[in-house]
Amino acid sequence: MSSGSNTQGSNRTGRYYNYAYLDEQTKRMIRRTILKALAIPGYQVPFGSREMPVPYGWGTGGIQLTAAIIGPDDVYKCIDQGADDTTNAVSIRRFFAQVADVAVTEETAEATIIQTRHRIPEKPLKEGQILVFQVPQPEPLRGLEPRETETRAMHAYEEYGLQYVSLYESVSAYGYIANTVGYPTMIEERYLMSPSPIPKFDNPKLGDNEAILLFGAGREKRIYAVPPYTRVRSLDFEDYPFETQTWEENCALCGAEDSYLDEVILDDAGERMFVCSDSCFCAERRASGHVGTMGDHALAHLEGGPPAVASPVAEPA
Amino acid sequence: MSVAALDLTQIAPGFADPTIDSQAAFRRVMDAVARPGTIQDLSSAPEAPEGLDRAAGAIALTLFDFETPVWLDPTIRGGPIEDWIRFHCGCPLTQAPAEAAFAMIAEPLACPPLSAFNPGNAKYPDRSTTLVIQVAALVGGRSACLSGPGIKVRATIAPTGLQDGFWPQVQANNARFQLGVDLLFVAGGLLTALPRSTRVTIKGD
Repeated sequence: MSSGSNTQGSNRTGRYYNYAYLDEQTKRMIRRTILKALAIPGYQVPFGSREMPVPYGWGTGGIQLTAAIIGPDDVYKCIDQGADDTTNAVSIRRFFAQVADVAVTEETAEATIIQTRHRIPEKPLKEGQILVFQVPQPEPLRGLEPRETETRAMHAYEEYGLQYVSLYESVSAYGYIANTVGYPTMIEERYLMSPSPIPKFDNPKLGDNEAILLFGAGREKRIYAVPPYTRVRSLDFEDYPFETQTWEENCALCGAEDSYLDEVILDDAGERMFVCSDSCFCAERRASGHVGTMGDHALAHLEGGPPAVASPVAEPA
Repeated sequence: MSVAALDLTQIAPGFADPTIDSQAAFRRVMDAVARPGTIQDLSSAPEAPEGLDRAAGAIALTLFDFETPVWLDPTIRGGPIEDWIRFHCGCPLTQAPAEAAFAMIAEPLACPPLSAFNPGNAKYPDRSTTLVIQVAALVGGRSACLSGPGIKVRATIAPTGLQDGFWPQVQANNARFQLGVDLLFVAGGLLTALPRSTRVTIKGD
């Protein structure tokens, strides 16, 4: 709390918004919500979600969480589907660099706050890091029961039979549990929790994580949390155990065998490649000499700015 | 609660930069709640009125406002501490522990039973009281073993000056999870937390 130097105070002249965009009362409200969310892991705490300068669905829950916790000493990383260089991630990262005077990074290990949409970074998180999830639908039971009054009672009295029926129906229809994203989890054997639309590949990283995991749903006005070293179980059956996705291919750029892969269509002839969804993970592997089968592809040279486009679209005259 | 206007010359200052200082303090509080039993440092907070520890004052400045009814224990009610909290936080004060969002306990021996505070309800367990309990020291008292969310294997805390029968109350508080109150222990500039999710065992029990 070193604050004497008001020449560089948090709200110096020329800042047209409060530091970190939200007003102080809103931050206090969100901070109190975060503390209750951490005290009751997996329980969705209602909060007074605010209008943000982006539409609902663009990460307003995650942005509000970040705004409530971020300080000038933080190093901020923002990923969308694992990538640092997608439009939404770049915009949100610039937003916090501008309104909160924070350093930004693309490197997972450097960041103190990582805001994410739909992935958990491949590199294990450490103590001192906070992972902020953007959540479109916080209620894991919503697809099964549309009424909030009912789902709230189901959580209150731990009535989760319906969720198991749903998984059973998947097994009877497909022969296996077909859910691939937002795979339901049980937190400390008490609260059923949506892990947000991360692939089930990432579910095992939720439990016993060293970092603090915060989840924010702006439109649905809910915040929930998983503290470090918390027991998280992905629901399954004894005879149909939980499994994560696997690929026959390795990453075409870095050759990784154990990362989550995105399929990239290359041309109209059906040519395709699989690449790491975590752009930082892939770039670090390539920098340390790992090469995949298409290691010389143009996609491997994206660092430091957009690629030189081979056939630029003709500018209108 | 006094109705007379506050004498502002008697009110000590709060955070020098409320935005940055409350953010820094909150991160310590969040770390404490996320990692029960770890000791967090709030010693750079401004000095609070006599009788209120810096860490307790920092928590008040960071989290209390007009939305949070605050219960002050009788030893600090009606004095300079109450004036300081009212001035800086603008929070309503309540005499009923069950109505409080926060309770400030400066004298733990005079603390009402934990069950007197609001444990939330089954559908909204978050509507519960957070107790700030001021003790002489966070170490040196009877040692309590902690396990649960936020704790890798095991942690211990040993705050001094708690009343007999306090730990069984904490165990009962954990046993009624998802209901329950959350505890923040402060001593001087230091803070440690015991949310309701933490399981407590006492050696020798």
